[in-house]
Amino acid sequence: MTDTLVEIRNLWLEGRSDEQWNPIINGVDLTLKRGEVLGLIGESGAGKSTLGLAAMGFCRDGVRISEGSVTFDGVDLLTASAAVKRGLLGKRIAYVAQSAAASFNPAHRIIDQHVEGPTQHRVMTRAESEADGMALYQKLRLPDPDQIGFRYPHQVSGGQLQRAMTAMAMACRPDLIIFDEPTTALDVTTQIEVLASIRDIVKDFNTAAIYITHDLAVVAQMADQIKVLLKGDEVETADTRTMLSAPTQDYTKSLWAVRSFERPLKAPVVAGSVPVVSVQNIDAAYGKTKVLHDVSFDMHEGRTVAVVGESGSGKSTTARCITGLLPPSTGQISFGGEVMPADYRKRTKDQLRQVQMIYQMADTALNPRMSIGQIIARPVEFYLGLKGAEKRAKVNALLEQIEMEPSQYYNRLPSELSGGQKQRIGIARALAAEPKFIICDEVTSALDQLVAEGILRLLAKLQDDLKLSYMFITHDLATVRAIADEVVVMKDGRVVEAGPKREMFKPPHHPYTDLLLSSVPEMDPDWLTNLLRERGVDNIGDAAVGKM
Amino acid sequence: MSVLFSTAIWLVAITGSAWLFRRLGQYASDNAPRFRDMPYGVAFGYVLGVVALVWFALAYLQSLSSDPAVANKFFFLGVAINGFILFSIAAWIFRWVGRKVGTDGTRKLFRAMPLTASFGVLVILIYAILAIFAGVIAPYGQDEILQGVAANIIPGGDPALGGNPEFPLGTDQIGRDIMSRLIYGAQNTVGIAFATTLLAFFIGGSLGFLAAVVGGWTDQILSRGVDVLMAIPSLIFALLLMTIASVWSSRLGIPLTVFMVLIIAVIDSTRVFRLARAVGQNIVVMDYIEAAKLRGEGMGYLVFKEILPNATAPLLAEFGLRFCFVFLTIAALSFLGVGIQPPLADWGTMVRDSAAFINYAQFAPKAALTPLLAAGAIALLTVAVNFVVDWMLHRSSGLKE
Repeated sequence: MTDTLVEIRNLWLEGRSDEQWNPIINGVDLTLKRGEVLGLIGESGAGKSTLGLAAMGFCRDGVRISEGSVTFDGVDLLTASAAVKRGLLGKRIAYVAQSAAASFNPAHRIIDQHVEGPTQHRVMTRAESEADGMALYQKLRLPDPDQIGFRYPHQVSGGQLQRAMTAMAMACRPDLIIFDEPTTALDVTTQIEVLASIRDIVKDFNTAAIYITHDLAVVAQMADQIKVLLKGDEVETADTRTMLSAPTQDYTKSLWAVRSFERPLKAPVVAGSVPVVSVQNIDAAYGKTKVLHDVSFDMHEGRTVAVVGESGSGKSTTARCITGLLPPSTGQISFGGEVMPADYRKRTKDQLRQVQMIYQMADTALNPRMSIGQIIARPVEFYLGLKGAEKRAKVNALLEQIEMEPSQYYNRLPSELSGGQKQRIGIARALAAEPKFIICDEVTSALDQLVAEGILRLLAKLQDDLKLSYMFITHDLATVRAIADEVVVMKDGRVVEAGPKREMFKPPHHPYTDLLLSSVPEMDPDWLTNLLRERGVDNIGDAAVGKM
Repeated sequence: MSVLFSTAIWLVAITGSAWLFRRLGQYASDNAPRFRDMPYGVAFGYVLGVVALVWFALAYLQSLSSDPAVANKFFFLGVAINGFILFSIAAWIFRWVGRKVGTDGTRKLFRAMPLTASFGVLVILIYAILAIFAGVIAPYGQDEILQGVAANIIPGGDPALGGNPEFPLGTDQIGRDIMSRLIYGAQNTVGIAFATTLLAFFIGGSLGFLAAVVGGWTDQILSRGVDVLMAIPSLIFALLLMTIASVWSSRLGIPLTVFMVLIIAVIDSTRVFRLARAVGQNIVVMDYIEAAKLRGEGMGYLVFKEILPNATAPLLAEFGLRFCFVFLTIAALSFLGVGIQPPLADWGTMVRDSAAFINYAQFAPKAALTPLLAAGAIALLTVAVNFVVDWMLHRSSGLKE
């Protein structure tokens, strides 16, 4: 038995688009020893997931391996017969997908899906596997481990489902697990639990793992070795501590530097000045479920208020109240000292113009059948009444403002742009109305760190130039640190804490703020270990929230 | 019993030879992945396909037999295979020409076109030309009764069978040229079907989008109304309404065809409504619609600029299918005698008029050909439209990636 588990030599992968084969991975080598965790990082489109799947000898439709070899424990996966692969996949190689919610079959109970692998591969009987599954659930710190397996996927939370999927991957005690961004879709507080569980179980069973992510701080906690990919090329590989302390390549350094963006502190708001937008004691409900309780805060000219909280805390609902999509049941929203009608349909065109919104998913925020020019021109024409050449000139100016070349992008469709570019178009559309106040709803959470930083810098620059006010909804505290002037922390539809950023990041905190703050992964590879020791094993994430 | 027995023997033979085929393949190709990883079902499919192909070839040879008793048995199969080969070649040539001639855009379109789609496009083009220029192409009028010509429904114009070379497809019972009527039939049947489908889409589409955007009570009232209409079997409902309309049409002096178009359009618009509402609801929840609403845009802008362009692909595909159904409904109504009224030529009526001759198919296949010509024209167009629709659906789903 050799020490090397997976060996990829000079692997080239191609993907089919526009009737031709384009390179995705260009000659990457990879070696993974037993029990070792390799972190694969890179921005989207770098080929991380494709490489991860190739390590299982698998290609998605429209992707082919043009050259190279993939060896798993002495078996060449690229030439192995279907029967041999069937014996390996699921049994000795397992895969954990990004979205557990989309990967579980909603029609079957979790335990039924859990036992499928072991019984199929004749590793265990159904009864044994069920008992083992419960033991794994216990190990992964799932609540009520004896019963949770008998629920359907929609009956458990996202973080729990992700852990159940890890348990499923562990069911046959594989030698290798491939984790494809398992925590990207989760809140920071939930992320911690999943990270801690994954790390423990991988260590306990001496399983090798390939951990794919775009979050450096996360990979720092998990991996023994880090490999950085850029557009299908390997940039650099090193063990985690070396990589974090002394990256050699410029690209790696630029990735490391992203988290250092921070705006200078602004002078405190002049007492007595009229806020641009003031939310006053609003309560709101969806049907009979009350989601906001007595929420109040002010937003001043040229400043950014970050609204922080985990999903379900009422951040986006507050935004819907301000825009008038969900009229609050009590309380009011005033704009520049004047009370605005609660329903957007009752607002005047000018009131509508003053409040603009930038969305989280740029994909669904831009009409896919309209060109970039048309998308930005519409508010210009609608609000400012510009036509013809004047309109065109204004659109061009806006495109320049968001640092995109007008002649190149004017006639393109949204589908021809990258995620970051689409988000920029969303910003331009908001700016086209010449508003005073913009709501940014998780605008960077779907983007890679480098791209996200570009968007944050752009927003900061626009704020300085145009004296805009932002309401910045986010669950990422690194973003808050980078861009906010004031912070509002929300939990269960209430404002838990509010104040200037500097005070926010300084103790003493509200216990919930404290939990949020300490849950943000740091680049220090010992961070998770230290945190867990501090909090005590049973006191992380959900459990901690429950005790408050 | 013997049929069961021989089927069983065939099955066993195919099952065995499929296993043998894969084994031999593995042996001959030195265990190449193609044979090594071939599931048994695929091997079975290959063998079954070969057996079917051989049977078709044998049957085709039989249809060429000089013994009429044997040839007649396989006459229609022979015609079908001939037609299949002929149309495949025509479609291939059509696509080849399309790839060479025209603008960059059309050339690119033809390059990505499967053969089935080019067949469909070709057939639709031929029908369109026949329908538009029916008056020029058809040698006689659709209601022109040719004096002194013996009625003869046997096509081919062979004098030995009582035919007349001037009428290659023969003449019907009251002495009208069948070929001319077939050509005019394209104009009447296809034209009316097209108008009806357009109307159905206008009604169903606009109401469907309205229900999706406004929601609430408007949606409830419209949807429940549609549910009620859909609960009644559509052909029987159409027949009932047509019977009522036939009384009105003579009283009001409006042609029955107008009523038919309206009735079928309303009945079919219920299906369009369902689709437009479903598609619309998926689009309405998008953030760009919310952005447009918050901008203060009106209903017209929302429906025509934001929703409609994103709903064209499914609606267009549905248009193709709906067109076929409308077309078949008209043919069915005409066959039952309440559709397009004589002396207008239409395919449904033509099938009805000579339906009795289908009984001769066993021993005198040519005599059965006349009703089947009209039926074949309907079938061919339906198949062609479906091919094109399939292709468009495939394209629109591919675009989303």
